[in-house]
Amino acid sequence: MTIAEERSELAHEPEADAQHGPTGIYKWLTSTDHKVIGKNYMYTSLVFLMIAGAMAMIIRAQLVQPNGHIVSQQMYNELFTIHGSMMLYLFAGPFAFGGFANFILPLQIGAPDMAFPRLNALSYWLYLTGGTTMLMGFFVNGGAAAFGWVSYAPLSSYTYSPGPGPDLWIVAIILTGFSGIFTAVNLVTTAFYLRAPGMTMFRMPIFTWNMVVTGILILIAFPILTAAMVMLYADRHLGTHFFTVAGGGSPVMWQNLFWFFGHPEVYILALPYFGIASEIFPVFAKKPIFGYKGLVFATLAIAGLSTGVWAHHMYTTGTVLLPFFAALSLLIAVPTGIKVFTWIGTLWGGNLQFRVPLLFALGFLVTFTMGGFSGVMLASPPFDFAVHDTYFVVAHFHQVLAGTAIFAGFAGFYYWYPKLTGRMMREGLGKLQFWIAFIAFNMTFIPQYLAGLRGMPRRIPVYLVSDHVTFLNQVSSVGAFLTGFSFLIWLLNLWISWRRPIPAGDNPWDGHTLEWATSSPPPHHNFTSLPPIRSQRPVWDKNHPEYADYTTDHDGTPKKEVEPR
Amino acid sequence: MKKLNFRTDTQAGRSGRRLALVRPGWRIPLALGGAALALSACNVTDFGMHTGATTQGHDIFSLYQTFIYMVIVVAVVTFGGLLYVLVRFGRRKDDQVPHQRHSNVKIEIIYTVIPAIIVGAIFFMSVSTENKVDAISPNPSLNLTITAFQWGWRFTYPNGVSIVSQGENYPQMVLPEGETTKVKLVSKDVVHGFYIAAFDFSRYALPGFTNYFDLTPNRLGTFVGRCSQLCGLYHAEMLFSVRVVTPAQFNAWLSSQGKGATA
Repeated sequence: MTIAEERSELAHEPEADAQHGPTGIYKWLTSTDHKVIGKNYMYTSLVFLMIAGAMAMIIRAQLVQPNGHIVSQQMYNELFTIHGSMMLYLFAGPFAFGGFANFILPLQIGAPDMAFPRLNALSYWLYLTGGTTMLMGFFVNGGAAAFGWVSYAPLSSYTYSPGPGPDLWIVAIILTGFSGIFTAVNLVTTAFYLRAPGMTMFRMPIFTWNMVVTGILILIAFPILTAAMVMLYADRHLGTHFFTVAGGGSPVMWQNLFWFFGHPEVYILALPYFGIASEIFPVFAKKPIFGYKGLVFATLAIAGLSTGVWAHHMYTTGTVLLPFFAALSLLIAVPTGIKVFTWIGTLWGGNLQFRVPLLFALGFLVTFTMGGFSGVMLASPPFDFAVHDTYFVVAHFHQVLAGTAIFAGFAGFYYWYPKLTGRMMREGLGKLQFWIAFIAFNMTFIPQYLAGLRGMPRRIPVYLVSDHVTFLNQVSSVGAFLTGFSFLIWLLNLWISWRRPIPAGDNPWDGHTLEWATSSPPPHHNFTSLPPIRSQRPVWDKNHPEYADYTTDHDGTPKKEVEPR
Repeated sequence: MKKLNFRTDTQAGRSGRRLALVRPGWRIPLALGGAALALSACNVTDFGMHTGATTQGHDIFSLYQTFIYMVIVVAVVTFGGLLYVLVRFGRRKDDQVPHQRHSNVKIEIIYTVIPAIIVGAIFFMSVSTENKVDAISPNPSLNLTITAFQWGWRFTYPNGVSIVSQGENYPQMVLPEGETTKVKLVSKDVVHGFYIAAFDFSRYALPGFTNYFDLTPNRLGTFVGRCSQLCGLYHAEMLFSVRVVTPAQFNAWLSSQGKGATA
């Protein structure tokens, strides 16, 4: 215990940072510090979120009326392609896996930095280059890629999608793909080799666990995507015929390759956010996570199953064994259900603090569960025949993916912002942002389920009056604009916290894990000293010795004999 | 965008099939509540989906209906539980430390096993419906070849009659009611999606791969069909219509088309 108590004085030594290398813009450009790179990732991906969100606003404006004329059909196709690509490749993944994981994971396991700091910097710069490359598509002759984020062959071949825009898209995906692979190598190595003494695997916070599992999934899935992109590029420019029928290739092979990446990708995007929520529920319930090991094994089960479900995106191709993929897809509902019940179990009997991070985490829980219900339905092949490629699917994946990334993402942002900057965000504005975003987000996507059931296909800029979906689309669009507005409240909140800072202190939320054992923001080498790690919650144990985890059994009753291990 | 006014099944046959789920006295208040809930698009018992104007589609619709009943039960349990927790445990003093329970193996087993049973049930229902929907009749009354291309459709009947998209006109496919039509679906260029919302059915038209499926319309009327899989610039306008007529009318139509009207 003495080690821990000495820490607070040492950590506040004036500007330990100042002695380490450059400052200002030069620091942001050259740093290999995981905290700086993490912030770089976070702010860059939030900028991409704003750009992709603006595209969504144009898309929704176009759909307010059956024959909208806001943009041309070509521009519309480019917009939803780049909107989807940016949200998935440039926001949802990098925000959590590049941003939060980079900043938080080494702190949570008591490490001074990532295992490969320079590789980490390379990852970020590849990501930024890739993102910029994708946006460049709008400025070239023929426009950006317009074949959807799934880029189905042979629509994505040179015959049907000529011009440099699609090539820029392919190069962008390859660059961000490598960025993801390098970050995965880095994070997994860091978690395996740089844990502080006492931090066993089963004492790692759930957030760290989820990042490790995500990293492994990335190492399985991303090389497939990169290979597929290289094949696509070769088909376009080098005269190969991987995906063209005329040369003996198979368009369905593209779908197999893409979704063999694409379905693990869904969990690569979601698991980090599940990790964020799993950190927030316990802290704001003042309880340990309920069923820690069950949660870890559920995460591993999701990862394992996710590599065997890709063809549920291909039910209507008539080329896949439906019962096999239906069975595996449906099975994923079991570990996912475990997670949901674990979170409810964590809140059960707690002392709930309805601060902004908990509100956003609850928003995630509700939205994600709704999307989960429609997901289980879509796993059934016959039902998928009826709604495949309609707005039902659009509503489903926005509720599970965008709902997860935005609500759990902002939950994490509000939760760790004090650690990132040493400042607090304004609580009132945060709550206002949450309520507007939560109501507006569901107002956007619940009508889309109904539009899909009525028969509105996705990726269409115009629809028929006789489809009876005009009113649903108008409600959806108003919801989308309000969701967009809620982000402006967040920007205002950021600006206020920048101009009139409220100091956060080391541990404003009574946090449980090691990142709260250092100063806010942490010094260059993270920790001057660590509290003893005897459980999953070292900082809680230190701050609440009478309730410390190593003194109680799993059901919360005190152990007869306390032997710190 | 070209003008297109179809008589959809909303007007055609909605009143024909209504499950006796709702007592007559409750219909009006429930329908009003349902209308408010479901905005403008649906009535209560179909939960917003087309009831399926083919036997295959209707099987899919029935499956959807069962799913919705299951979702309602699961949602009440899950969200009810969550709401209870938020209300019950949301009003304590700030500094109070609650009981520090880490796990409860019994409860964890329950919330693992029950979802597993539910998805098991969904699996068996799905497979049995899928077997009906995907079944191909050995002796269909009609063999129809559908060819998708950028951005139109060609419907080729056995006697050589061929209906094809031409300029401003969307093609119309004609099917006999109550008879099984075996469809051969191909694509000339990119991947398209053959989709008829009123039939609750879609299937990809793939280049280099032929798909077969059966359609057995069980309701007269004209329905919208469209391409559901993004296929390029004019994907949204790749529409067609389906007219379901009696077998006698169908035969008359087919022989009248046979006389030199092939395109």
